[in-house]
Amino acid sequence: MTASLQLVLLVLVAVGATGVVLIRSPVRQVVALSVYGLLLAVLFLAFQAPDVTLSELTVGAVVLPILLLLALAKVRERDK
Amino acid sequence: MSASTRRWLFLAGMAGLAAFYLWGLVGLPGFGHYPGPYGLIINKIAVAQTNATGVVSAVNFEYRGFDTVGEEFILFMAAAGVSVVLRHLRGERERPGLEQGIGADEPSTSDAVAQAALVFVGPVLVLGWWLASHAQTSPSGGFQGGVVLATAFILIYLSGGLLTFRRISPVALTDAVEAVGAGGFAAIGLAAVLMGLPYLDNYLPLGIKPGAVSSSGTIALISFFVGVEVAAALILMVGEMLEQTLLVQGEAGS
Repeated sequence: MTASLQLVLLVLVAVGATGVVLIRSPVRQVVALSVYGLLLAVLFLAFQAPDVTLSELTVGAVVLPILLLLALAKVRERDK
Repeated sequence: MSASTRRWLFLAGMAGLAAFYLWGLVGLPGFGHYPGPYGLIINKIAVAQTNATGVVSAVNFEYRGFDTVGEEFILFMAAAGVSVVLRHLRGERERPGLEQGIGADEPSTSDAVAQAALVFVGPVLVLGWWLASHAQTSPSGGFQGGVVLATAFILIYLSGGLLTFRRISPVALTDAVEAVGAGGFAAIGLAAVLMGLPYLDNYLPLGIKPGAVSSSGTIALISFFVGVEVAAALILMVGEMLEQTLLVQGEAGS
């Protein structure tokens, strides 16, 4: 049961990572990255690392996307 | 170099990398088979030695506390670097009319988003505080707690806008709090040296009951300071990035 759950999550993470790389629009890419962070967090939980889950959940799914969105906003401002 | 030479060079390099990578993979221990002795030893002795049932925290803040000090200062320097790189440059000024509200050309946050974010601020603050102060009894810790605490401030930004975010986390204050967090960790370690003990030695009473909030001596204290430092560092970095989106090029008054 645990092994199959881990396998499913590993496949999902691989799909998510590929998706992040393949998406071309930066804003959509950031949203995909956030979802990918969430997937990684669940993966860490399935591998019995709840402490890493907590970090990944906040850093990967929230803080990093916000920093990237702010950077994109700044770049867009300059292009105007 | 012609295109085909370049392609062959790339393919040769890739083949070499793939070969070494596969060679490395073949040599890995089987999935779930941990070969080293340290983890097993730590699992056996950590609770008895430190009275911390959160063994991950015991490892982070006690057995390898010196490494964690280094990591702490990596984050500290990163936040300082962001502050320096994103300072106001000559010729940059804030968009006019900012104090009256953010630019009229931007759509304001919808009430639904603002309310939802506001509802989560309290629970997230409590969760972050709990995580940072319960490292000794659970698989949490200062880093996780600090990041969650910072998320609460980001939620306040989402619900109230930048002016509210700025009012509750002025740069001078977050700077000072971050320094106290990082310095506190280092100072706890130095206090041990002053007592003639090794740096970061656990000199506080460990408590009687393993897993009690008051147990584990310096582990709980260090985790708390790490939480403070991490929260302040992240709030500072997000704040600096937010400021950047408000700056425009050009002389004042133009």
